[in-house]
Amino acid sequence: MTVLPALHTAARAAAHPRPHHPCGCAPHTLADRPDATVVRHAGTVAKAHAPGTDPAALTLRLATARALPGVLLAPLRPDPLPVHDRLVTFWPYGTPVDPDTPDDAPWEAAATLLARLHTSPAPAPLPPMRGPAKAARALARLRAAGPHPARAPVERAWATLPPWARAEAPMPPSTTVCHGDLHLGQLVRAPAAADTPPAPGPWRLIDVDDLGTGVPAWDLARPAAWYACGLLPPEEWSRFLTAYRTAGGPAVPPAGDPWPALETAARALTVQTAALTLVKALAAGRDLDEVEQAVVDACDRMA
Amino acid sequence: MQCPKCHAPMHTYNRNGVQIEQCSGCRGIFLDYGELEALTRVESQWTQPAPPPPAGPQAYPAAPAWGAPQGGHYGGHHRRHKSFGHMLFSS
Repeated sequence: MTVLPALHTAARAAAHPRPHHPCGCAPHTLADRPDATVVRHAGTVAKAHAPGTDPAALTLRLATARALPGVLLAPLRPDPLPVHDRLVTFWPYGTPVDPDTPDDAPWEAAATLLARLHTSPAPAPLPPMRGPAKAARALARLRAAGPHPARAPVERAWATLPPWARAEAPMPPSTTVCHGDLHLGQLVRAPAAADTPPAPGPWRLIDVDDLGTGVPAWDLARPAAWYACGLLPPEEWSRFLTAYRTAGGPAVPPAGDPWPALETAARALTVQTAALTLVKALAAGRDLDEVEQAVVDACDRMA
Repeated sequence: MQCPKCHAPMHTYNRNGVQIEQCSGCRGIFLDYGELEALTRVESQWTQPAPPPPAGPQAYPAAPAWGAPQGGHYGGHHRRHKSFGHMLFSS
């Protein structure tokens, strides 16, 4: 049974706390995927997390977001609400990065927020960051999707990774708080304070599902992988890396070659991206486009 | 003065601040004491500031060994590939 109607009802109730309040708001479905359903009602967003989400772990992640409001968008309630068989969390609506103008991507803001997150002491005992688990899940989806000629180079590249990056062993011990799934969809402008004129609020990170302690290079690894694959222009990679270093981020040394620190995570994210593009291409019965092929080619050069 | 070799008249020229006498007949050159050193010094000053290095290829940030060949960017900065635009926002 889909959680969507109940989620809309929960979002409406959260947006208008007085019962039976007349409301002419148009509800929006922002995402409806197997792993997450997200709806918006007025200034409130309700998210139904993936089936099987651990409530204790999610509550710790919510507590972290509440404790670090200068980095992460803070939830409206401290605990997830069970709705049918799903856990639902509530958030203020924030304006996302415009997908139609990715050239305006806020690389400096993303890097600075990550550096702040990585230098913040964990406010609660956190579970491990779930980046390697997501990479392993992408490989499992590829293996389940059937044969594809590009699967071999992706598997060979996957085999070059250390066990921790494949979620087959614990990560190296770390107390660094990591986001775990950084991409441009994970940044929103927080709502501006009510007493300020209408102006864009500050950028904040969203989506705490993969948040946890771990190897902070994982959070830099998507932009690093895009740059290494020849997709992200060098100027944008430099802006991101320089802003991270300027803000004192600990994932890479403050100067010099960052790649020894980034290598494993950037390989893992390249393999994860390649695996998921193959899954999509197989499902659609189409060939890879040149961008997807560039990611597979990078896997091929790894091993 | 006259050329000590062919006795034709010599004319004085100024070369980079050094006075030299050249014979109008045989084109021979007469240097006063210290003028050879002065010329050598001027010559070394002329070549000392190394010419600016030729404009090489654009310096790229460091990249891993498995990275794409440098400069092989898809779509370019101003015309980003639609598929990459989608990738920027995907888990």
